[in-house]
Amino acid sequence: MTTTLNPPPLLKATTPAPAPRSTRRRKKERGYETRSLVSPMSLQTLRGKVIYWTILVVVVIGFTLAFVFPLYWMVTGALKSPEELAQIPPSFFPKHFDFGVYADAWDQLQLGVFLKNTALYAGGAWLFTLAVDVTAAYALSKLRPFFGKLILGLMLATLMIPPMVLLLPTYLVAKDVPLFHFDLLNTPWAIWLPAAANGFFIFLLKRFFDSIPRELLEAAEIDGASPMRILWSIVLPVSRPILGVVSILSVVTVWKDFVWPLLVLPETDKMSISVGIASLSAQMPQNVLIASLVIASLPTILVFFVFQRSIMAGLTAGSLKG
Amino acid sequence: MAVLTAKPPVRRSLPQGAARRAVGRNLTAYGFLCGALICFAFFSWYPMIREIILSFQSTNFVDPAKWVGFDNFRTVFADSAFRSAWLNTAAFSGLALVVGYAVPFVLAVVLNELRHAKAYLRFVVYLPVMLPPAVGVLLFKWFYDPGAGLFNQILHGFGIPPLSWLDSTSTALISLVIVSTWMNLGTGTLIYLAALQSIPGELYESAELDGAGLFRRVWHVTVPQTKLILLVMLLLQVVATMQVFIEPYLLTGGGPENATVTVAYLMYQYAFNFGDFGGGGALGLMLMVVLMVFSAIYLRVSRDNQT
Repeated sequence: MTTTLNPPPLLKATTPAPAPRSTRRRKKERGYETRSLVSPMSLQTLRGKVIYWTILVVVVIGFTLAFVFPLYWMVTGALKSPEELAQIPPSFFPKHFDFGVYADAWDQLQLGVFLKNTALYAGGAWLFTLAVDVTAAYALSKLRPFFGKLILGLMLATLMIPPMVLLLPTYLVAKDVPLFHFDLLNTPWAIWLPAAANGFFIFLLKRFFDSIPRELLEAAEIDGASPMRILWSIVLPVSRPILGVVSILSVVTVWKDFVWPLLVLPETDKMSISVGIASLSAQMPQNVLIASLVIASLPTILVFFVFQRSIMAGLTAGSLKG
Repeated sequence: MAVLTAKPPVRRSLPQGAARRAVGRNLTAYGFLCGALICFAFFSWYPMIREIILSFQSTNFVDPAKWVGFDNFRTVFADSAFRSAWLNTAAFSGLALVVGYAVPFVLAVVLNELRHAKAYLRFVVYLPVMLPPAVGVLLFKWFYDPGAGLFNQILHGFGIPPLSWLDSTSTALISLVIVSTWMNLGTGTLIYLAALQSIPGELYESAELDGAGLFRRVWHVTVPQTKLILLVMLLLQVVATMQVFIEPYLLTGGGPENATVTVAYLMYQYAFNFGDFGGGGALGLMLMVVLMVFSAIYLRVSRDNQT
């Protein structure tokens, strides 16, 4: 334990929340050794095989109908004309593929502005959250100041208060910040500042930093590195997995949020995409509205495609070990 | 690099040096903490206090606020929507539990047995969770359309007379539950799936040797092994569903005849439609007290099982 020459294996063993991919790989390697509810033996019999494949087909078709078909209906619904949308029975495929409706939605709903706003809110919240929460978690985990435990306790206590019940007082704070009397409404700060006050991120980061061996940091300290330098060159590089999880969670949370931006960004030109579409939905023809829903859902779905691993790791990190 | 920035050797023996280092360490630490302290103070800690103050004051934000005791609570109690709001919120949570609590567990148990298409199924079940909630809700608003909406078209296909979904007092609330469940099912399923994968196979093996059939194995091995996570998810789901806002806000506006007014929605209405932040604050405080009971049980459960 005294040597710090080989931290990676030590870190790996204590790293919380392994990524799903690694479990899958391990499963494949072990092959028939693991078993679950149904024994591998009974799956070998003819009856077992028939039942297994029936269930598999039913589940695949059921899931596709329940979770993919509504999205298919949305994407194709946008391409149908208003008359075709109102027709009974409905057409399964659109008669004409008129992609012009997406351009209409883009222009009429000023989706470009909304998307740009949302990207600004989510991107800024991400940078701000990382800067604030990483330094705080590092201070609480490694520098251990006086009252550190109390501060951590107060930060984690906020997890017990559901955000909805603090909606009104938080709105009043954003409208007129105590002591400073800033009005944050219709400014990105109204999104960025509350986004950084996230006890869950502090918890995740601190737990990860706790697992970094002290010896590693002490060696750097003896070499004369400042706390900032240690954070930047030693702690951050080994914390990449948890930084990934926190980054994705913070961006997706802000992107998906509805109630808070609804209250603090009432000006049409400042609205986020969800609020913008919802507030203009009543005046739009049905197919244009659906097209805008498709456009609004594309970014998060794309993020999910690319960062599936981090998202699912964040999901399980927050559950049992919380 | 290291040589250039090296400080003179630290004198560990001197208590004075140790004290100075402790002060330095604390200064640096609070320097690192100040951003988070400011954010938490203004947007988490202070609002908790403000929530309590708000509910006992009457204010129009021009004149100084007046302390009015329990007047805000009396106003809210006297509102005919108050009773509906609590009943609807409880009904929404209850229905969401009936529909949305057992289903993810069953799905996870089935998914865990499948050897094919696992990645696809896991991806697909989580897709609705990734949609922005406003998009999911507006999508279902279109599906619920009594004329040519998808759901009535499907009913028509089976020869069932159309329903009026959001427009009828009898189906409006369950319609909200369906949207909410569709959007949140994936979370529970994937969390249960992760929990199931950690059950040791020997338990099933020995249960089977003792002659336990499939359902007895689920009941006597799977459920006890995932008891903690089942309980935690139950509490989390109650807390999450009792805050329901976006579904009534976007789908029904609380109607028809207050059939879908929820506590959170009524709170919003008090503050932003009636301009009565005191009444809204009183509702928020009541909801906070109720939800904190569940949060406290949740904390208790997860702490008891960690040690």
